[in-house]
Amino acid sequence: MNNYKEKLMQFVFFIAAGTSVLAVALICIFLFANGLPAIGKIGVFEFLLGQKWKPSNNIYGIFPMILGSIYVTAGAIMIGVPIGIFTSVFMAKYCPKVIYPFLKSAIELLAGIPSVVYGFFGLMVFVPLIREIFHVRGTTMLAACVLLAIMILPTIIGVSESAIRTVPKEYYEGALALGATHERSIFRVVLPAAKSGIMAGVVLGIGRAVGETMAVIMVAGNQPRMPQGLLKGVRTMTANIVIEMGYAAQLHREALIATGVVLFIFILIINLSVSALNRRFENGSN
Amino acid sequence: MEAINKQRIKERIKGYLKNPWSLMILIFVILATLITFTALVLLVGYILIKGVPNLTLDLFSLHYTSENVSLFPALINTISMTFVSLIIAVPFGIFSAIYLVEYSKRGSRFVSIIRITAETLSGIPSIVYGLFGYLFFVTALKWRYSMLAGAFTLAIMILPLIMRTTEEALKSVPDSYREGSFGLGAGKLRTVFKVVLPTAIPGILAGVILSIGRIVGETAALIYTAGTIATVPKTIMDSGRTLSVHMYELSREGLFMNQAYATAVILLIIVLLINWVSGMVVKRLTKIK
Repeated sequence: MNNYKEKLMQFVFFIAAGTSVLAVALICIFLFANGLPAIGKIGVFEFLLGQKWKPSNNIYGIFPMILGSIYVTAGAIMIGVPIGIFTSVFMAKYCPKVIYPFLKSAIELLAGIPSVVYGFFGLMVFVPLIREIFHVRGTTMLAACVLLAIMILPTIIGVSESAIRTVPKEYYEGALALGATHERSIFRVVLPAAKSGIMAGVVLGIGRAVGETMAVIMVAGNQPRMPQGLLKGVRTMTANIVIEMGYAAQLHREALIATGVVLFIFILIINLSVSALNRRFENGSN
Repeated sequence: MEAINKQRIKERIKGYLKNPWSLMILIFVILATLITFTALVLLVGYILIKGVPNLTLDLFSLHYTSENVSLFPALINTISMTFVSLIIAVPFGIFSAIYLVEYSKRGSRFVSIIRITAETLSGIPSIVYGLFGYLFFVTALKWRYSMLAGAFTLAIMILPLIMRTTEEALKSVPDSYREGSFGLGAGKLRTVFKVVLPTAIPGILAGVILSIGRIVGETAALIYTAGTIATVPKTIMDSGRTLSVHMYELSREGLFMNQAYATAVILLIIVLLINWVSGMVVKRLTKIK
């Protein structure tokens, strides 16, 4: 009897462990089955490299949205990565013990704030601010970049800080003993040793930025045309899906799902590079 | 005893003046940290200042109407959505972590596949989950826009989080506990449920609290699965919007910005509460260790 129960529960655990595999399989199957036929109908090149998105005329080119996603992410990375890495250095190497818990929980709060709240803040603060400063319509790529930069900060800070902390203390002390200053020891010795860990954090941040939806929709303007500069509106792949899914039908709907497929493939590539970097970092520190 | 490398502030300043490169780096570090925390203070402060005065009693009336965009139904929906998603995801998450830690053989193929898929799941953006939920639960299973479709979508989304935190919690239980239990004649199953799991509960709880945070803040995965109906659904098969979706809809319509501020305040308060509680749990956790 007991033995029977043991075997049964072991089987139950085994099945439960399979759910994540099943979930990934289902996600792949349903996305690809619903999205790939549309790419076939539209034509791979017309879909991926087409510069016009006009569902009413049956023209579906998502190149503007792909570029939009890349530009917005690049902008967010350019602003967010330096700030994030310098802040993580502060957290790991400068921060007095007394205020550390406060800063740590502040960063956790930054990570926990819902993206609609970020988006709303951007809509009410950045958008009018940019309108005032540059005298343009306020929903711009710039607003999206700045907002996303703030949103990816907790990811980058968290991962880089723990990467910096795993570097053996002897590296830092050795550099100091050779006469280097605190800063030189950190930036010339410790940070290079933590390089691939920090890179993993940056790539994780890229994944966040590419996949972010609500905050971007609320501030970016969402015009489905080729990106025309920092102070013009832009539409990302994520925004394309959310904005038009509500009323799309037939090929239009399938083209939106195909946009999701392209986004999914982007994310898969990013995930793969994160785990490759993590593996490299773990091997390096052993 | 005074540390040998202790410097007075004066000496430090002198040192920095001799090393302009170091001084520049120091300034960058301080500046970046200031920017990070100013952004947070600005965001929270702005939402609170604009939102708290708008927290009127009308917003908590039982029914949503087009004149009074009460957030109360959305609050109820958020709670029930959280509850249902957790009921689905927590058992699966815990059981699969038990399999990984207690039952699986080291280096087995199946385990590495599970790890890869869990990692993949945790990187998928919420809009892709939303798209999948729409294609699978809403369309293929014909559940239409419903709380259940939303809850299942979110359950898949938080599954890797619960798996990972539970796995870490189980791993941190010392092997001597298991050996002691086996030595007293308990079977594997009894050891897992009576000895290992109770010891790991604070860690598991921390994961569940994090998941609640993600559910409460989620929007993109819910718009096309749970839908955007602004009332409390009669059954689990009806559509209903959570607070985050409610807030998005308000700001999109652009007619009720004050109420949107108020909703943002409620969301912030929930996030603050969640962070505070998880901080407490983690503190207890480290004390035990």
